[in-house]
Amino acid sequence: MNLKNKDMVWVFAEQSDGQLADVSLELLHKARSLAGKMKSQVSAVLLGHQVSKLTETLFAHGADNVYLLDDPELKDFRSHPYANLITSLVEDKHPRVVLFGATHIGRDIAPRVASHTRSGLTADCTELKIETLTLRKVEHPDLLLQIRPAFGGNIIATIISPDVEIQMATIREGVMEMGKPDSSRKGKLIPVPVELNSIETAVKIIEKHQEPSGVNLKAAPIIVAGGYGADTPEKFQLIKDLAKVLGADVAGSRAAVDAGLIDAERQVGQTGTTVRPKLYIAIGISGAIQHRAGMQESQKIIAINNDPEAPIFGVAHYGITGNLEEVIPELIAAYKSQLH
Amino acid sequence: MSLHTIVLVKQVPDTSNISGDVMRPDGTVNRARLPAIFNPEDQEALELALRLKDQHGGKITALTMGPPNAANMLRECLYMGADRAILVSDRRFAAADTLATSYALHKAIHHIGEYDLIFGGRQAIDGDTAQVGPQTAEKLGIPQITYTQEVQKLDLKTRRITARRAIKNGYEILDSPLPVLLTVVKGAAEPRPFDVRRLCTFKRAQSRFEIEAMVEDSHDLVVMDELLEEAKANKLYIETWNIEDIDADVSMCGLAGSPTKVHKVENVILSGSEYKKVAATTEGLNEMISELMQDHIFG
Repeated sequence: MNLKNKDMVWVFAEQSDGQLADVSLELLHKARSLAGKMKSQVSAVLLGHQVSKLTETLFAHGADNVYLLDDPELKDFRSHPYANLITSLVEDKHPRVVLFGATHIGRDIAPRVASHTRSGLTADCTELKIETLTLRKVEHPDLLLQIRPAFGGNIIATIISPDVEIQMATIREGVMEMGKPDSSRKGKLIPVPVELNSIETAVKIIEKHQEPSGVNLKAAPIIVAGGYGADTPEKFQLIKDLAKVLGADVAGSRAAVDAGLIDAERQVGQTGTTVRPKLYIAIGISGAIQHRAGMQESQKIIAINNDPEAPIFGVAHYGITGNLEEVIPELIAAYKSQLH
Repeated sequence: MSLHTIVLVKQVPDTSNISGDVMRPDGTVNRARLPAIFNPEDQEALELALRLKDQHGGKITALTMGPPNAANMLRECLYMGADRAILVSDRRFAAADTLATSYALHKAIHHIGEYDLIFGGRQAIDGDTAQVGPQTAEKLGIPQITYTQEVQKLDLKTRRITARRAIKNGYEILDSPLPVLLTVVKGAAEPRPFDVRRLCTFKRAQSRFEIEAMVEDSHDLVVMDELLEEAKANKLYIETWNIEDIDADVSMCGLAGSPTKVHKVENVILSGSEYKKVAATTEGLNEMISELMQDHIFG
């Protein structure tokens, strides 16, 4: 291990059409705290074409260095060139930690990079820590504790890679908090030459179709979510009515999505979006671990359920036992009366 | 030339059926206690491969690394239409992480020889990592198409395949030379039911472990080699390979070849945090709302 290396924590800066992925910025903030423990700098690795303007944003969110790989061949994401270029850079610089968002892109390339560099890689982490552990009387400094739910959310596993130099992880979107950018932060831009052979560029993109969803639950200050207990369109309408009065966004549990009551892009939970609003109102949601994983960091949680034993009350700050058809109109009336 | 497709399949514990006593103290799962099923996305991957075979002809090899009872899933592959089934199984593969698994799989694929396409599920429901596909592709030095939703075109003359892949809020259509590894997402292809005639034939297909067990149980003077040859001659042999058969380096397999280790496992316990019980009355709700307004949550 190169102890003189001060550039040990890396974040893959994912961009699409010149737009940085939120998860990459979330990871930069997390990387800062990890790097603090390691007395290291934070570097972002940015690939694309004509994306140098994004470096300021990366500095503002915590990068000390940005490795910039800018080339027309990198305009759109493709596995082979992206993975191979990152692999070469990792082999050259020997970081200790490399973080990727657990996105369609991060989960595609991180395994290739880890495979080639024989690094440890853990998927879909929800928490990361740096610790020094003594295992079988050997001290392992700067170990990345990679924490993730496993077996359908029934257990939380902590994974380590004690015997290899490079520790990699993909991290779920929205679980790390995105801090405020500091536009006065400056960093070092390090251009990296791009060389690709015809094998690496052999896969061609024929067509790409992306529709901005217009839904951004992560940015919503108040979310009203319905679940299995609101299993008819009439009951779900009450949830929408409440959201409208409160100026909130509507969301749902997996059960609500599966029942066709709400679009999949509004699903909160382990297989949906992770949110941390100021207020989360869970209505008719029993509170399976998969759902709680996506909302339990909310600042305040109100649970409304007709089953007083529902697990959702375990994460709630306010619990109301009752039928949503009766509680919601009362709640709307009470809110309106206090507004005036 | 004839199309040869390898499908990577995995037998997985049915994770929707987990109770507390299936975990061993070391954090690994006692699979014997869980019902074992054909990983759903792998089954869809096999279906996609079968549809290409229906169109273009050729041959399908189902390949798995797993415990001896994974032969059950390989028989299901044969019932659906796979031509050949290979079980890579060796105690020394135990506790492999995704890197050690992809190492063993790529050695097995080298041992199989020539191929045009490799399919697999995007991820297995026991680990949900989606890493083995890309890691195997990397070790083979071939391109990959992950999150495949549909194969749109396969041209054996130009040796290129066109496939649709899911991306955030949309999709993209990629065109790749062969060979390529594709990982398949749920919903890509509803698996066909078992073919009754194939089921009648291949329910007698056996792995080396199963033939060995039969020899041990038998009081007749049966000879292992004879039964093995008979199974092979009748095309009822589930090929069974160990570390030596695939020429793998022991230090790269199993726990020894796995950089990631399980450090700690905690059962998820419902937090017993205190919450304020609010009466569903005008007074109760009013009080809650004024508290939230004071906390600047509302307004």
